[in-house]
Amino acid sequence: MNEAMIVSLLTITIRAGVSLLYATLGEIFTERSGILNLGVEGIMMTGAATAFAVAFHSDSAWLGLGVAMLVGAMMSFTHAFLTITLRADQVVTGLALTLFGTGLASFMGQRLGPGGETMVGLQGPVFPRIPIPVLEDIPILGPSMFNQDVLAYALYLLLPLMWFYLRKTQPGLHLRAVGDNPAAADVLGVPVKLSRYLYTIFGGCLMGVAGAHLSMAYLQGWAQNITGGRGWIAIALVIFATWDPLRAAVGALLFGGINALQFRLQAAGTTIPSSFLNMMPYFFTILVLVLITWGEAVRKRLGAPAALGIPYIREEKH
Amino acid sequence: MGESENSYAIQMQGVTKRFPGVVANQAVDLSVERGHVHALLGENGAGKSTLMNVLAGLYQQDEGQICIFGEPVNIQSPKDAIELGIGMVHQHFMLVESLTVAENVILGLYPTGLVINERKVKQELRDLADSYHLNVDLDAYIWQLSVGEQQRVEILKLLYRGAKILILDEPTAVLTPQESDQLIDILHKMASEGKTIIFITHKLHEVMDFSDRVSVLRDGEMIDTRVTSQTTKNELAKLMVGREVLFNFQERAHERGDVVLKVENLKALSDKGLPALKGVSLEVRAGEIVAVAGVAGNGQRELAEAITGLRRVQDGRIWIRGVDITKKNPWQVIKAGLSFIPGDRIGRGLVPNLPISDNLVMKVYRKPPISNGPFIDYQRVEGFSERLVDAFNIITPSVKTNARLLSGGNQQKVVLAREIDASSGALVAVNPSRGLDIGATEAVRKTLLEQRDQGAAILLISGELEEVMQLADRIFVIYEGEFMGELDREEAAVEEIGLMMAGEKRERRTDEISQSSGGQ
Repeated sequence: MNEAMIVSLLTITIRAGVSLLYATLGEIFTERSGILNLGVEGIMMTGAATAFAVAFHSDSAWLGLGVAMLVGAMMSFTHAFLTITLRADQVVTGLALTLFGTGLASFMGQRLGPGGETMVGLQGPVFPRIPIPVLEDIPILGPSMFNQDVLAYALYLLLPLMWFYLRKTQPGLHLRAVGDNPAAADVLGVPVKLSRYLYTIFGGCLMGVAGAHLSMAYLQGWAQNITGGRGWIAIALVIFATWDPLRAAVGALLFGGINALQFRLQAAGTTIPSSFLNMMPYFFTILVLVLITWGEAVRKRLGAPAALGIPYIREEKH
Repeated sequence: MGESENSYAIQMQGVTKRFPGVVANQAVDLSVERGHVHALLGENGAGKSTLMNVLAGLYQQDEGQICIFGEPVNIQSPKDAIELGIGMVHQHFMLVESLTVAENVILGLYPTGLVINERKVKQELRDLADSYHLNVDLDAYIWQLSVGEQQRVEILKLLYRGAKILILDEPTAVLTPQESDQLIDILHKMASEGKTIIFITHKLHEVMDFSDRVSVLRDGEMIDTRVTSQTTKNELAKLMVGREVLFNFQERAHERGDVVLKVENLKALSDKGLPALKGVSLEVRAGEIVAVAGVAGNGQRELAEAITGLRRVQDGRIWIRGVDITKKNPWQVIKAGLSFIPGDRIGRGLVPNLPISDNLVMKVYRKPPISNGPFIDYQRVEGFSERLVDAFNIITPSVKTNARLLSGGNQQKVVLAREIDASSGALVAVNPSRGLDIGATEAVRKTLLEQRDQGAAILLISGELEEVMQLADRIFVIYEGEFMGELDREEAAVEEIGLMMAGEKRERRTDEISQSSGGQ
């Protein structure tokens, strides 16, 4: 393999990893607060559709991104209201959100093109790749890491910030406590429900960004089922990452890499059927989950938030 | 200086707290002097915790007044309480397991603003901990700590928030005797620095050992407050129960028979997949009670579960009357004749939402006369249940009452009745009197002794030293999955057992070496 090939492989790896990582980070913050949001796939898909539609009609990628974040916030607010205030089952609510989101997105895809027609095949505004001077001259890493779109660059900044927030700040400490033992946090005056609302909504924003990146940077257009299960992979990645942002980056790159490799192999004219290659990311998802969640004991040691999925009710014992 | 004029830290007057259908506290008066260690004594359900939860802001009283340092106050939440300098260590600790000690202590505060200045926080905590001899590793995660250490974290949490009044709910229930001694030292140290300590307990010796004053609650009412040095155990017991209590059971001579239960080199894993039993061996003969003593979490649960077929045995063998029951499932173990009184009444001993009668027949419903082929004869079930309810003095409106509606003592009697009735003389009992008040405890222990006198072989797994000393003929002490040694009751001293519970192996005498090395 020559240098150009390595660079192109790395570039695709990062590009494919960006939306996965946004979605994974969103889910990590949500789950850290004790809320399981299985609506990632639906939120990403709706985010992708609205981002593309708004960007196409307004000719502004930034406006598309903004609306996608808003949509993500609204959808996850619904999840928060149902699960935190009404104490609905988190799994069922999340699944409903995904079904709703995929349906809505598919409907928008058919109707939000010019003249109420389909959006499939349209060319819209994109987040272009912007090489960063000086840094792009670093061999191999320069052209792959520093010739990306602005959303990827934002991640480079966001990642250490998030890690620092979780590990080194007082609000980050409160977030970890709320997801692990809400009763203990409550007694000490940490607002449990408010925190859960805020992080669920924040997580939804990031999932919206993940969708926007798909339709405006990575795939640059709308297609039916554009997310292709990436939302589910993100949920698996959260476990793989053991709820840690930095490890989530490793996981996202790994899966992005599998994606990239699959493209390479297809381009190289391999005899392996393309359906088989398409299956690989999902196969690895299952494999990772099996390896990582071997027994509940392992799960506990991994640091899953102990109160994940359990509604918090402050009430008297009698 | 309003504070110095009033020597009372707490004055509660006519405090009444009602829950739907129950009066938990009825017009309770309680005054606690500043700088004192004040014991709050009473049986389970006497209203001690409720009264203290009112002080700590978890409950609000329906009637009555509270003055803190002479000032009338209105405590609405735990936050209010802590602002008044009142802090409570609950029976179930309020700690976040995945956080470190330091992180737990600063939770909810912003001691160094938004960003945590670890070095500064830890320095403050270390100074505070040192000044009260609260020995704890600030960087350790809560899940790595022993219960005693976790308790110290809770105390540190309160001190860091400037608590002047510390309430501890049954603080020694989970500690080894040595840890209890350490705690007592810490409490005295705090009292001598002017802190006021209230501790809830139902153990008389604790009251005698380390309180200045003691208030006795019974059935939600304040019975009396005494100066500890001017009262006796027996007087307190009488106040607490409302009648005379027997402390020593009549000893009856009994003969030991053949080996009924035999365990050899048993190994098993804990739920976390770590070795919990590291090769333990024991024998229980007919007509004796063999106790396994130790602090909870040292393999007792795994031992009981391995014997009863509820947990996978990794290595070793188990026999009942010579029949190998190793790696048999629970039903096969039951058929081999083993009865089991689990430590978890509600979770394992009973089906709380089924009537007492269904709970009582749970071991015999497969066989005639209760069942006739695939059909259960419910008339017989009723007759059978009524007989057991009478025989074991279970107090219940009817045999159709759901088990969860009974008091803890009567629930335990249901379990005992079922297990003893179906018993063929081999019994494993885990903490049989845990959480029961003195009256029920007496009844349960007497039943076990009667069974022994009738020739049953009983393995008693208990964290309550008093129970072990009262009932056992021989005592094994378990620590981290190993037996630290075996003692005869006659020669056993509480101090020695305490040391063994903390991991000190017993000095083996020469005549024992040949015996016990065989199992290794």
